[in-house]
Amino acid sequence: MLVENRKDKVKMLDIEKIRADFPILDEKINGKDLVYFDNAATTQKPLPVLNALANYYGHYNANIHRGIHHLAEKATTAFEASRKTIQKFLNAKYPEEIIFTYGTTDGINLVAQSYGRAFLKAGDEIIISTLEHHSNIVPWQMLCEQNGCVLKVIPINDKGELILDEYEKLLSERTKFVSVVHVSNALGTINPVKYIIEKAHEVGAKVLIDGAQATSHLNIDVQDLDTDFYVFSAHKLYGPTGMGALYGKKEILEAMPPYRGGGEMIKEVTFEKTTYNELPYKFEAGTPNIADVIAVKTAIEYLQELGKENVAAYENELLAYATEQLSKIEGLKIIGQAKDKVSVISFVLEGIHPQDVGVILDQQGIAVRTGHHCTQPLMKRFGIPGTSRASFAVYNTKDEIDKLVKGIEKVKKMVL
Amino acid sequence: MTINEIQDELIEEFELFDDWEGKYEYIIDLGKKLPKLADKYKTEENIIKGCQSIVWLNAYMKDKKLIFEADSEAIIVRGLVSMLLKVLSGHTPQEILKADLYFINQVGLSSHLAQTRSNGLASMVKQMKAYALAFQTIEENK
Repeated sequence: MLVENRKDKVKMLDIEKIRADFPILDEKINGKDLVYFDNAATTQKPLPVLNALANYYGHYNANIHRGIHHLAEKATTAFEASRKTIQKFLNAKYPEEIIFTYGTTDGINLVAQSYGRAFLKAGDEIIISTLEHHSNIVPWQMLCEQNGCVLKVIPINDKGELILDEYEKLLSERTKFVSVVHVSNALGTINPVKYIIEKAHEVGAKVLIDGAQATSHLNIDVQDLDTDFYVFSAHKLYGPTGMGALYGKKEILEAMPPYRGGGEMIKEVTFEKTTYNELPYKFEAGTPNIADVIAVKTAIEYLQELGKENVAAYENELLAYATEQLSKIEGLKIIGQAKDKVSVISFVLEGIHPQDVGVILDQQGIAVRTGHHCTQPLMKRFGIPGTSRASFAVYNTKDEIDKLVKGIEKVKKMVL
Repeated sequence: MTINEIQDELIEEFELFDDWEGKYEYIIDLGKKLPKLADKYKTEENIIKGCQSIVWLNAYMKDKKLIFEADSEAIIVRGLVSMLLKVLSGHTPQEILKADLYFINQVGLSSHLAQTRSNGLASMVKQMKAYALAFQTIEENK
């Protein structure tokens, strides 16, 4: 898949060859070639991932861990191999630090309800930021209602970057938890999470990083970051939906009580008293999402074969090109112009509601996301009801960006 | 005209368009022509909240007919709203309750009523019928 060397060790990718791995890209939408620019919502899945799912169901579908028959063993081995792949992917120290979840939201809820209810009390402060997705706001608000914690919010500047001075002012001995997004889903801003973690640790607070938008673009090293928790979703990483993982430092996960009760998470059950299984099973009650867990290994391997730095370099090229081309459109304003950004462009068109942009682009086969992107407080900060967002993945092309530009011109022509 | 006659007329008008552009330009044009709802009716209670754009709906009785007025932030939704008003407004609550809105499918706009669109149009139809039911009950108890 890699064809030639560039001077800076970044390899040029053969995009046409990559596109051929994604069958959905051949779909026609309203009679036009699909231009899929909604990758921050979910990426498309390459053939190897689709095959991994079919192969599991077609050849070794079985419930894991308890069975002693051949299929159960094979499924269990594949399932646990995925845990090790994710461990390496995040550079976690131990495989049992990886808890399978249904996605980022599920992971945040797990930490808020298990760690939060056990270790945070009335008056303790939790810091989040203006950039957060609702899924990193609401679970903490629910916890605050339950145990009287207080939520504090790091403000942002007009470019869509966190104001770190303000963050440091919020930190005190009352700060017990900091939960911040690694990459903003609405604006693409990359936050300086290592610094944020370091400062939180100085006051003794624990930190969760929401990596939903980061894992497909950036290299993640949880040990280097020294984060206490890291959560992500597989479906934004070329993997299946309904599957994600929570990384937690072993000693913290061990101290945390189980979050859900059921099968698999127990050691021994009597009607008087139940003892719990060890890590990671303590947090994995019920039959897990076996097929999708197995397929995420394939998704990660696919991305690693392309080389994350190669993918990032190409996506940055797309981002630079799109920023340049979109900036030329009269009346178009890019929301979120952080210095460090992933390949996400949010924009507003003067005098046109984002929904109208979305509907007319859709008629032209172009899929973007419009609305508040589940970040209503952030939209309020910019004084807008929402934006239109184009987000790029490794299979997108400059030619498709040209189609977007033409599409937006058509929106203007039709609506204004 | 009856509700169905109005629907049939709309279907006929849409048959003139052979591509999406003509159809959407027409809807946008309807949106631009829809009279603005007075600010005093743009209240929290009158909001039909979809995921993406706000739709306001106001209703009142006049000569035993139910009159609807509505507005939206987005122009295409305004156009769709305008069509719904054209079809349903000015009929008796009984007629509105019985109405089968087949024109939406026939003019190829059913996706706008699908939940994924989240533009509140499905909720708007529901709310219009709820008003009809409420006013019908009031009339019956008079």
